[in-house]
Amino acid sequence: MIQQADLITLLWTVAKILAITVPLILCVAFYTLAERKVIGWMQVRRGPQYVGPLGLLQPFADVVKLLIKEIVVPKDANRFLFYLAPVLAMAPAFAAWAVVPFDEGVALSNINAGLLYLLAMTSMGVYGIILAGWASNSKYAFLGAMRSAAQVVSYEIAMGFALVGVLICSGSLNLSDIVRAQAGDGGFTEFFFLPLLPLFVIYFVSGVAETNRAPFDVAEGESEIVAGFHVEYAGAAFAVFFLAEYANMILVSFLAAVLFLGGWLSPFQGWLGGPLGAPGWWWLAVKVVGFMFSFLWFRATFPRYRYDQIMRLGWKVFIPITIVWVMVSAWMVYDHWIDIGA
Amino acid sequence: MTINLLAFYAFAAAMIGAAIGVITMRNPVHSVLLLVLAFFSSACLWLLAHAEFLAIALILVYVGAVMVLFLFVVMMLDIKIAPLREGFARYLPVGIVVAAIMLFEMLTLIGLRRFSTVPPVADAALAAGLSNTEWLGRALFRDYLLPFEIAAMVLTVAIIAAVALTLRNRSNTRKQDPSKQVLVRKEDRLRVVQMPVSGKEPRA
Amino acid sequence: MDLSQYLPIAIFLGIATAIAVVLLGLGTLLGPRKPDAADKTTAYECGFEAFEDARMKFDVRYYLMAILFIVFDLEIAFLFPWAVVFTKIGIVAIVEMALFLGLLVVGFVYVWKKGALEWE
Repeated sequence: MIQQADLITLLWTVAKILAITVPLILCVAFYTLAERKVIGWMQVRRGPQYVGPLGLLQPFADVVKLLIKEIVVPKDANRFLFYLAPVLAMAPAFAAWAVVPFDEGVALSNINAGLLYLLAMTSMGVYGIILAGWASNSKYAFLGAMRSAAQVVSYEIAMGFALVGVLICSGSLNLSDIVRAQAGDGGFTEFFFLPLLPLFVIYFVSGVAETNRAPFDVAEGESEIVAGFHVEYAGAAFAVFFLAEYANMILVSFLAAVLFLGGWLSPFQGWLGGPLGAPGWWWLAVKVVGFMFSFLWFRATFPRYRYDQIMRLGWKVFIPITIVWVMVSAWMVYDHWIDIGA
Repeated sequence: MTINLLAFYAFAAAMIGAAIGVITMRNPVHSVLLLVLAFFSSACLWLLAHAEFLAIALILVYVGAVMVLFLFVVMMLDIKIAPLREGFARYLPVGIVVAAIMLFEMLTLIGLRRFSTVPPVADAALAAGLSNTEWLGRALFRDYLLPFEIAAMVLTVAIIAAVALTLRNRSNTRKQDPSKQVLVRKEDRLRVVQMPVSGKEPRA
Repeated sequence: MDLSQYLPIAIFLGIATAIAVVLLGLGTLLGPRKPDAADKTTAYECGFEAFEDARMKFDVRYYLMAILFIVFDLEIAFLFPWAVVFTKIGIVAIVEMALFLGLLVVGFVYVWKKGALEWE
């Protein structure tokens, strides 16, 4: 029943998926190193520097260390759910990458409902957190999980509304179409971040909150609830959570670049000729690295928010602004202040 | 088409298996997770039926939101597993009767459909040359205005009911009201008192 | 719509799960396993014996958050198809959505005034 051609397509698909996941994992590895280096420099320290030249081999040392540590399962923990939780955190965090476009025509799966799919995948990430907290049977873990779940869920609404704004301007749910809708002769003024400036800011801040990063990391809050939902996780199980969190951070950076900053389009399109004006994957890379850097910058700069402040920001500031701006941008598009697909 | 059929049977089997698991598991948290699996499988089934938007919306709304609430509730219940099992035999006959009635109703509905004059539409979105989402949007916002606004009503009622039923104002918590903090004036906090010089000068 | 576009997604989900499982498996294989060593498996509680089972009741606000989240999530699910088609339908669609959002804003204002969005 299965033809040889089908088998080849299958193998080819698997190869393409590995071509996304392996670099992604490497990116995560070096991102952790970059995080320690950058924060180190910001605090006038030097960061890791002993393993390999300039500490470049540090992430590999970390991986080996995490793998040969014991996975301690606490007494009275639900063993099955304890192991299931990291898997549930990681699967959607990685599967979301299936629809991310890397360049014109370079995406694993070019589905029509790409944006909706992304939102659905992000909303599934919360299971890993809740289950980890509950299965560990530890008060700190449970408290961290509950806080984290309520926070993630709150900011997801703001994020969803911000995505609707992008949708209004692009008229398509397909991520490649969204980038194409930002092409034109006006350089970076064609990108969506200008008409959607409030939504752009809210999207990225919600992305930071969604991934439980500083300054919204009350779920971890080392100084009060030690490490939040994964306090009981050690070794490889902890590594999987770590991988999921950092993959999500990189995903948020990619999406911010694709949805609001024109993806692989040049910010000088139509203004400059030659390589500076031409679209290419390097533009996407530059934008993504910029966002990834700001994640680290935030962490080194801002003090942690208090939990009631986080919830207030999410519900009382972001959601009203996004609702209003969705209607404003709809009116702008209807009144041809912005042209769809131009 | 055979692959599609195979996938259909696989997802259907997963869904039924998960659904049986939901009512037989001892641990309610496991039940909720199996229900998630059941929803996920049905989303896959819808996808096979070319209902792209609805399938992903099912995952977004049911798996991503409704089941999270279920999980919250189940975790909060302070599960004592044994008592939950006791009622099983007692409620079984009632359950079977309800299930039989539902089956009968569904069969009637399908039977009526077969005799009705409307032929099944192959794929209206494909026929119109639109993406699934776009087709759905047109149908929803052009042909079904009233149901759509009624949905808004229902959702609003749901919000208000949820708040009215669950919210208890606790008095012993400390909270911060930023608008009060901003509006505070010097006169509210600070009192300048003229005090007479009392006693002797301190000795040098 | 093309179903074949969803096949890579299914495989991707499978591979992502497999990576996580392999990592966990590697960790179990390579790591030591000495569960008896000195109370290691007791839940962390600043060095104290755990006072009670950790699966406790918690604040009702968390449920309220979850319920509100469902409502707003549904609203977003309605907004998605609208955002794709509203230019083709015209002003009617905008008025319609304004009405829809307006109704929900009424609910939102109620929640706000009731103080359900206040924390501690």
